[in-house]
Amino acid sequence: MTIELTSTNASAIAAALLAERRKAGSPSMGMVMTLLVVTDEGDHYDALKVAKSVSREHPSRILGVIKRSARGAANLDAELTIGGSGESVLLRMTGELTRHPESVVLPLLLPDSPVVVWWPRKAPDDPAADPLGALAQRRITDAAAMERGRTQAILTQSRSYADGNTDLSWTRITPWRALLAAALDQYPARIRGGVVAAERSNPSADLLVAWLTDCLGVAIERETSKGPGITSVTLQTGGGPIEIARPDGLLAEFTIPNAPNRPVALKRRDLAELLAEELRRLDPDDIYAETVKRLCKIADATGRTPAKPAARPSSTGSDGPSVADPKRSPTSAAKLAKAQKPSDRDAIPARSTATKASAKRPGTKKTPAKKAARSR
Amino acid sequence: MTTTEIAGRTPAPNPLRDERDRRLPRIAGPCGMVIFGVTGDLSRKKVMPAIYDLANRGLLPPGFALVGFARRDWATQDFAKIVHDSVMEHARTPFREEVWNQLSRGFRFVPGDFSDDVAFDQLHDVIAELDRERGTAGNHAFYLAIPPRFFPDVIDQLKKHGLADPVAGAWRRLVVEKPFGHDLASAMELNSVISDVFPAESVFRIDHYLGKETVQNILALRFANQFFEPVWNSNYVDHVQITMAEDIGIGSRAGYYDGIGAARDVIQNHLMQLMALIAMEEPVSFDAQSLRMEKQKVLRSVRLPNRLDLTTSRGQYGPGWAGGVKVGGYLQEEDIPSTSTTDTFAAIKLEIDTRRWAGVPFYLRTGKRLGRRVTEVAVVFKRAPHLPFDKTATEELGENAAVIRVQPDEGVTMRFGAKVPGTAMEIRDVNMDFAYGGTFVESSPEAYERLILDVLLGDPPLFPQLEEVELSWKVLDPVIEYWSSHGKPDTYPSGTWGPQSAVDMLARDGRVWRRP
Repeated sequence: MTIELTSTNASAIAAALLAERRKAGSPSMGMVMTLLVVTDEGDHYDALKVAKSVSREHPSRILGVIKRSARGAANLDAELTIGGSGESVLLRMTGELTRHPESVVLPLLLPDSPVVVWWPRKAPDDPAADPLGALAQRRITDAAAMERGRTQAILTQSRSYADGNTDLSWTRITPWRALLAAALDQYPARIRGGVVAAERSNPSADLLVAWLTDCLGVAIERETSKGPGITSVTLQTGGGPIEIARPDGLLAEFTIPNAPNRPVALKRRDLAELLAEELRRLDPDDIYAETVKRLCKIADATGRTPAKPAARPSSTGSDGPSVADPKRSPTSAAKLAKAQKPSDRDAIPARSTATKASAKRPGTKKTPAKKAARSR
Repeated sequence: MTTTEIAGRTPAPNPLRDERDRRLPRIAGPCGMVIFGVTGDLSRKKVMPAIYDLANRGLLPPGFALVGFARRDWATQDFAKIVHDSVMEHARTPFREEVWNQLSRGFRFVPGDFSDDVAFDQLHDVIAELDRERGTAGNHAFYLAIPPRFFPDVIDQLKKHGLADPVAGAWRRLVVEKPFGHDLASAMELNSVISDVFPAESVFRIDHYLGKETVQNILALRFANQFFEPVWNSNYVDHVQITMAEDIGIGSRAGYYDGIGAARDVIQNHLMQLMALIAMEEPVSFDAQSLRMEKQKVLRSVRLPNRLDLTTSRGQYGPGWAGGVKVGGYLQEEDIPSTSTTDTFAAIKLEIDTRRWAGVPFYLRTGKRLGRRVTEVAVVFKRAPHLPFDKTATEELGENAAVIRVQPDEGVTMRFGAKVPGTAMEIRDVNMDFAYGGTFVESSPEAYERLILDVLLGDPPLFPQLEEVELSWKVLDPVIEYWSSHGKPDTYPSGTWGPQSAVDMLARDGRVWRRP
């Protein structure tokens, strides 16, 4: 059932929601969170549809926020839908109100329960500083949803990382990461280097490179392929390569040394699945935090233009291991320290990234990755 | 000291794993599964769809192999067809061609009888071939989806043909379904057959109730919260009712059900396990051993009342109208002898002799053709010791209750008193519901998925071990013995909540059954 309220305000919306719940005869609420979806006229239908399907696993109040023209008088229109496993309200704001969306949203948040904000398309450069983002403990962006400048988008998000931020490009590589971890379970060997191949502009591949670099302490190269998405990951070991190749976006070939090649389904997941995974955990994702920090270091060393001139110091400096990665566990910090001298720790992965990011760039050294691996 | 030296002593930790990284799912290592009894309901409706769903979620290892074994003149593609049909009909996740391709390449079928040496030789070869071609690395689980009378044959054959002995570094596991015997003696006998061949930690007894989200939620509810535990004892709890009711009859299970009955079929395993989870003390940790230890402590302290005639009830459904449909009674079911005294309803009262539960009866009941299909655990609290209201004000106030709804409509209900709106002070029971989200969503795994994955991972907390099985039989055996020598079950009309004797049994204690 849908109810339209025009030129309304938050308390009228709250009253309408309560009235509808009562009318439905079930005044108790099983909703566990509020999901803010910041969207626009073009996308709201699809975005809210995804949010509603996820609401079956995580019953939530969905608040869709559409900022319309900032000109004219301040006005708020609302569209309420009740039923299923939650409630959803689409808020259309015009005029000066577009600069104060939090004033509408704040009174509509479910009491004493988590708030998640999701930008299905364009996200603010610093989500935690955004007035809506500040209301939430989980802020979900999607660098891959940008029509252009995706690589830059994930870098921007990485630089402005704050606890609770996460990007769906990161969620997309969970199955890859799981398979790679499983491969190393099955074939525990020291990794000497590796390659991630993906289509040219793919934030997930950038994150995968950063994650592998961070975990393995070796140079991981990035190759460009035709896609779709990530097409292969190869890790070099003394006994041969560990490889997961997925040329078609559906079925991957899984190779580890001393075992037959095996097919494994590695489907690119749809938005609802990604969002559901995000909502399963609402605490800060430490691994993501470490990965984006690494991504920034790689980018800095490659000489990519930083997103903002005032990048956070912690993500640019190349201090000693303990200072740079205060959250790292002692074992991995020690591992890294042993692997490389602190001074060139940040430089090694970066150099290799130079090769991968643009093979065309003149003056690239010959196979620095291999050298780096050997120097260990 | 070089890294290899370190690695030689303890396996180096996987650098891609980090315990803080909770997104990474647990994927089973390289392995395969052999199903005995591929044509049965259990395989077709539960096991095979669950395997597909696991593959679809990316939780099966690459190269997973599924071997069917049955007395059919089939080739592997016939077997694949059976799996395909069962997946199409019963899988919870959408059918995806690429997942199917991945999975079906690991299918093999071995035709043969359970006493057929040639067939088991062939099984041995097939498994060796899978290790070579699919990289299953010698890890195989044998799933016995067959009636228990065939267990000894199959287990002997597995032993004889060297299928039960893993090579170094690999594992062989045995998966069995209930019933785990039909009394203590037969359970012990069955176990001696199994433990001759498989060590205790390689035997996985599936009680699918323990794989259910809501059952696992009992542990979360009790031990992650502050406000349940202080009242979770005989100071505040009046009694506990555990109900598992089905609205259907025995259907086509006459051969299995007759002579077994409701108490053996349900109380001994599902209800006793639920009771153990509700009543146990807090485990030191949530590993298999600590959990098991606490469950065993509870089961060991269970005591039957002295007068079984006054504290138990059994029934058999008669003809009647169930949910608007006219149905026949148990004795009219196909293949049931007209003299059968099998119980289709059973209710028993148990006491737990611990400080926490002394004096708190646990009422367990189960039955077929009852009012509706429901499984729930209701912890009913004592009335407030003093009510500062007029007597008339609280006339309609019952006892507070915390109800864990296991199925359907999973969730938790709290029942407490609230004022009826109006000028008079009148207090009445109200229910507060928590519905467990995600029940029907693709992402919430079914009990079998969880359990099969746990078998492949070798993660045993959710599987009852021999000791628990034997302890439950020890509790139930005297009841069944008493019943077999005293009269026959009371008939109750189909579609009702059981025989009058069940009502009387609680009335003697001044209590009533909840209508779940």
